[in-house]
Amino acid sequence: MTTAPTHVSPVTITRWTRTSRFGTPAVTVVFVIMFALPFMTALSNVRSVTDLLIFIILGSMWNLMAGYGGMESVGQQAYIGLGAYGLVVLADQLGINIFLAVILAGLIAGVISFLISFIAFRLIGGYFAIGTWVIAEVVKLIVTQFSSLGLGSGMSLYAMSSFDRDLRIAVSYWIALGVTVLAVITCVLLVRSGFGLGLTAVRDDSTAAATSGVDVSRAKRLVFVIAGIGTGMAGAIIAISTLRVQPDSLFSVQWSVLMIFMVVIGGVGTIEGPIIGAIIYWGLREALADYGSLYLILLGVVAIVFALFFRNGIWGIIQKRTRFSLFPTGYSASFGPPK
Amino acid sequence: MLGGLYAIFAAGLSLIFGVMKIVSLAYGAFAVMAAFLALHFTEATGWSPALSLLVVVPLMAAFGWALQRFVLQRTLGGSALPSILVTFGIAIIIENVLLVTESADQKRMSLGWIDTAALELGAIRLGVYPLGLFIFSLLLFGILALVIAKTQFGRAVRAISEDAPTVELLGIRPKTIYAWAGAIALALAAIGGVASGVQTSFSPTSGGMLLIFAFEAVIIGGIGSLWGTFLGALVLGVAQTVGANFFPSQGILIGHIVFLIFLAFMPQGLSGRVKR
Repeated sequence: MTTAPTHVSPVTITRWTRTSRFGTPAVTVVFVIMFALPFMTALSNVRSVTDLLIFIILGSMWNLMAGYGGMESVGQQAYIGLGAYGLVVLADQLGINIFLAVILAGLIAGVISFLISFIAFRLIGGYFAIGTWVIAEVVKLIVTQFSSLGLGSGMSLYAMSSFDRDLRIAVSYWIALGVTVLAVITCVLLVRSGFGLGLTAVRDDSTAAATSGVDVSRAKRLVFVIAGIGTGMAGAIIAISTLRVQPDSLFSVQWSVLMIFMVVIGGVGTIEGPIIGAIIYWGLREALADYGSLYLILLGVVAIVFALFFRNGIWGIIQKRTRFSLFPTGYSASFGPPK
Repeated sequence: MLGGLYAIFAAGLSLIFGVMKIVSLAYGAFAVMAAFLALHFTEATGWSPALSLLVVVPLMAAFGWALQRFVLQRTLGGSALPSILVTFGIAIIIENVLLVTESADQKRMSLGWIDTAALELGAIRLGVYPLGLFIFSLLLFGILALVIAKTQFGRAVRAISEDAPTVELLGIRPKTIYAWAGAIALALAAIGGVASGVQTSFSPTSGGMLLIFAFEAVIIGGIGSLWGTFLGALVLGVAQTVGANFFPSQGILIGHIVFLIFLAFMPQGLSGRVKR
């Protein structure tokens, strides 16, 4: 036989799937429409949507760290507190522009999370979880030592009083929207990059990742710091929208409960999961907030059920059925020239 | 003398980690739950809280057995995330159920005259209750160490913490051992919870702090060593008490800082056993 194969069909690797080709523009359009929300609806709704955006930022950041980096922290409230206090100090006491102050407050939280990582990274798994909690307690106890920070009772934010009430609510909404877009884009780009691939390898098997040439501790530290920055910015937004910083509520472990709940319900280790989780949590809260403790019990039960039976969350269930994806983060190969 | 109290708590946490390699974030909540059970028992019968242990400890042990066997067993193996989520979920549920059924008020139990009794040893005044608790915790550790060292169960526990799959090949069911370890851990949590309910006040939300103290004791002592945990608890207790003497109301912060210093400079802990 002398005939060689005359035709080899070329293989095309694409990152865009049929759904993400529509999904990403659709999400972009949604965000553009959301920009105009304060002109279209009552201010109480704008306030409530600001909360939703804060949840999306917190969920996305926790997911980046836990879902992709394999670090299940229950001490992220440290950065919420640092971001919020940082904002009040920068905007009120140093007189820095409020928009710049949000970014700087996030960066301060990031620098501190960089320092904290050197201690926290000595622990893994459940010990890492409680260790970060201890560190958050230490941060709170230290912050409440300073009388210039209002000791145990906190401070009020005055920098926003230059805006009238309507504009103030709209401005905090726009800041939240801006940071949310930034957070989601950061997650998509990071996960899409070669670095994201290395990170996923670290999560699944850090020893194997290290032998494949991934610098494990550098990768984990970078994600930890990014999560610190994002969570710090969310903290700054919380200060702007509530006009008050109070150590007991900002440094409460309930924030970690919230982040874990959103990410687990939505789907760990996906970009879309935390967004869905945040929307579900927000909806539940709007519907059940009057029930107080009963509602938290319900959250606990739902989290356990998902952790035991639906480990991939709601987005995982959707993806398993339909291979649906909003963002082009994966790879797929098909025969034939590029379409 | 606070150390004795922390030691009892930390022993259970240390055991769970040693055997199952998971960290229970619900551990403090269980202790608080036991304290409330004891409180209701003493209120209903008029007996001393010490006697309530006879009822509360077996109850919590049975609960721990069932919980490990039917719920936590499913989370073992693979990633640590499921066990963290489930135990955290349990902690939230217990805390909020207690907030609904009890009030958020601080509660306290009394042993009568023992609460305030003290021994005068020259210049030092030693409380009878903390001293008794310290001796009791020493005794408890002795028994636990003996069980781990000498009995068939103890051998199985040690073997499983080294290499669970091989032990399974030898015909021992890890599931059964895990369930019993879960039972012992919650029994210890119950004793610790009741003891702390007599020593200081407690409320539905005090579980988090108890968990943190137990965890600090385990890390200071060194993971995987029972007597190391005991030493770690003593160090933490001394740090908090001495710290509070120098900086009033900052005892807890000093305790945390001592813990962080250990973590930074001596991550293998006092017992110095380096694993992997």
